[in-house]
Amino acid sequence: MQRFADLLDGLVTMPSRNGKLRLIEDYLAHAPDPDRGYGLAALTGELDLGTAKPKAIRELAEARCDPVLFYLSYDYVGDLAETLALMWQGPEDTPEDPPPLWEVIDTLMAAPRTRIPELLAGWLDRLDATGRWALLKLITSGLRVGVSGRLARTAFAGWAGLPLNDVEEAWPCVQPPYEPLFAWAAGGPKPEVRDMPAFRPFMLANPLEETDMPALDPADYAVEWKWDGIRVQVARRFGETRIFARSGDDITHAFPDVVEAADFDGALDGELLVMDASGEPAPFNHLQQRLNRKTVSAAMLRKYPAFVRAYDLLQDGPEDLREHPFRHRRKRLEALFGTPRDRFDLSPLIPLNDWSRMAELRDEARARGMEGLMLKRWDSVYVPGRPKGPWFKWKRDPLTVDAVLLYAQRGHGKRSSFYSDYTFGVWRDDELVPVGKAYFGFTDEELRQIDRWVRANTTDRFGPVRAVTPGLVFEVAFDSVHPSPRHKSGLAMRFPRISRIRWDKPHAEADRLETLLKLVEAAPAADGG
Amino acid sequence: MHPRDWITVTRQGIYIEPGDFHIDPLRPVPRAVVTHGHADHARPGHGATLATPETLAIMAARNGGSLDGADALPYGETRRIGDVSVRLVPAGHVLGAAQIVMEYGGARVVVSGDYKRRPDPTCAGFEVVPCDVFVTEATFALPVFRHPDDGHEIAKLLDSLRLFPDRAHLVGAYALGKAQRVIALLRKAGYDRPIWLHGALQNLVDLYQAHGVDLGETRPATGAAKADMKGEIVMAPPAALQDRWSRRLPDPVTAVASGWMRVRGRARQKGVELPLILSDHADWDELTTTIQEVQAGEIWVTHGREDALVHFAKTKGLHAEALYIEGYEEDPADATGGGG
Repeated sequence: MQRFADLLDGLVTMPSRNGKLRLIEDYLAHAPDPDRGYGLAALTGELDLGTAKPKAIRELAEARCDPVLFYLSYDYVGDLAETLALMWQGPEDTPEDPPPLWEVIDTLMAAPRTRIPELLAGWLDRLDATGRWALLKLITSGLRVGVSGRLARTAFAGWAGLPLNDVEEAWPCVQPPYEPLFAWAAGGPKPEVRDMPAFRPFMLANPLEETDMPALDPADYAVEWKWDGIRVQVARRFGETRIFARSGDDITHAFPDVVEAADFDGALDGELLVMDASGEPAPFNHLQQRLNRKTVSAAMLRKYPAFVRAYDLLQDGPEDLREHPFRHRRKRLEALFGTPRDRFDLSPLIPLNDWSRMAELRDEARARGMEGLMLKRWDSVYVPGRPKGPWFKWKRDPLTVDAVLLYAQRGHGKRSSFYSDYTFGVWRDDELVPVGKAYFGFTDEELRQIDRWVRANTTDRFGPVRAVTPGLVFEVAFDSVHPSPRHKSGLAMRFPRISRIRWDKPHAEADRLETLLKLVEAAPAADGG
Repeated sequence: MHPRDWITVTRQGIYIEPGDFHIDPLRPVPRAVVTHGHADHARPGHGATLATPETLAIMAARNGGSLDGADALPYGETRRIGDVSVRLVPAGHVLGAAQIVMEYGGARVVVSGDYKRRPDPTCAGFEVVPCDVFVTEATFALPVFRHPDDGHEIAKLLDSLRLFPDRAHLVGAYALGKAQRVIALLRKAGYDRPIWLHGALQNLVDLYQAHGVDLGETRPATGAAKADMKGEIVMAPPAALQDRWSRRLPDPVTAVASGWMRVRGRARQKGVELPLILSDHADWDELTTTIQEVQAGEIWVTHGREDALVHFAKTKGLHAEALYIEGYEEDPADATGGGG
């Protein structure tokens, strides 16, 4: 437990990806078995230990601490679990060693809810402040240490010296504490995945640049719409269905409607979408209502029914199709999904083979609610990663707006001495209202220039944030804009980035909120979500 | 005569009437007695300043080399000022830091200034002086502040050097006290490579060395080649960590040595990657132990979390009250002169 606690403690303040990888690799190299497997599972979110509620922690605090001191402390620290972890006082002499992580997890899994406060108190007495904090985080809110499942798997692959794609493939087929993975890392056999609903690492497309076109023959490519949903893989073997997001994270639990309808055997690659009343794909923010949820209500399922539009077949029954060219895989896919099934249909091919017609169609993408076009070489085999050449995405042009810099915030890690995160606004009547935040799209040299400008035009400071005199105009590019009650302006942008710095443009000539409102796509009716 | 009748709080700070002097005055006064050299306690410009020779040397060093009206009183010696007898006793906070022990009208009052109880290789240790009134700081007077063992925190820094051998380790530490203590603790842990210093630290590191505190080899970081500081420890005042100054370092891991680092949200908010919980102030346990050990009839609590410490004292049957003085850094995390 102590090593795991130290790992979390390091991760929680480590901003850089490489730094996090190094910390996890070091943990894997030094933690004992089976603790390290459980540690990984905790990081990847595959342990469901959300057994204690804040109320339980508060009760424990009130039982063991002076309530006045507890609430003064809580008021200062601002985080219940951390407050209790920091102020908990164990017995004067700690006779027992800290519990190993596996013991905590095994015990919690088996314990009835009523015994949990007593178990917790016993462990808190045996741990130091970092250990207590880690334990309370583990059993309450989730860790929130900025580690994605993919990052943890990457660290495992790096430490084990195994190809990441192979690790990704095997991961969903094993359970915490992942003995077969550690045996594999130690030189044993790769876990068998053929008969499991395993994850196959995705093949990704490169953006199509105008300069690429002369060298390409459109006849070599199949053309499809690029749907405005999320990329998923649905794997089903012997009746067990899994849905994986592009990160490799298992999102099965969030889509019971899709799982229930699945009746094929194999693995397909497709777009997860929500359908509107007419059965057509709804705009992205309808789908957004269904993402990042632990549980889905019946109302959600009714209101935002999900379906999968299939565009590739990776496995058919026991047969791995990835070595076959796209032309062949497409035939096999059409054989399976040619006639639409409940919650599954086929992404149609667009019979086109000249650039000018394709360009026209791409120009229509926004009006049709598409992200653009996909081009896939007929002879391309399915390989993980982003090989240059076989697949292209040709996205619609972004929207742009000229906005005024209002606040600048210090970056993290390498950018910690730069004001690199920018909040910008547009005019509403004669005031500027914030409409978004962006922190990329500029070069290092431009960052230096903006940083200098921010320092020279600061009007106020709030910790890491500086307010600036309105004066610097950014051309902000974004993919779409949606109504959002969470933002002051009532709008939220998708993928905002700085596309140009308009040193030349007077800020009075920046865009107005009305301009942005006209770009809003149809929104779902507000609901409790 | 009750001490409340001859000790008052004025705009300048604590005023001792029968001696006609102020303690750690915030504005220039004719006669000052200063507990220690941090800028918020030791302001220049007084007519006369009584303090330990070490504190006066620190004040002079920060004042461009000299200090008018310096009046040295070594630890343990007694001086009469007006009708008050004054003695300075080690406070364990930084080099030269003293508690001011005053006797008048049959009562003994101790103004402890800032203090800590754990051993510090760079300064004399705190001495318990039984008294009638004990005036205590309360910077870390919440039970969430329990500073871990120094060695554990230094091990964290050395462990990070092992994990990230290509990155400079930039440690933010106050120029007076903390910087020298971190270096001394590193030396104690066997770290013998040169330590690279921001210009603002050099002066006081030299002063400590001249006072017999061995800190090993240091080198100026300003003007050094970037590549030379790969995998090395570089120290700077906290304010320089995220300033443009830090761009000269190779991919630095930013650490801060401060008691405030105990609270993770605090470390994250400041963009600190490696929080080192090292404080020159008493933590909760040290504060609560001290106010009981001095056996004072009254505890007066100054700057910090007076509410929590006064509450605790009352639960122990002690008479405690807050003494409100504006002007000392309550949250010195952003300051370069204060404690933490």
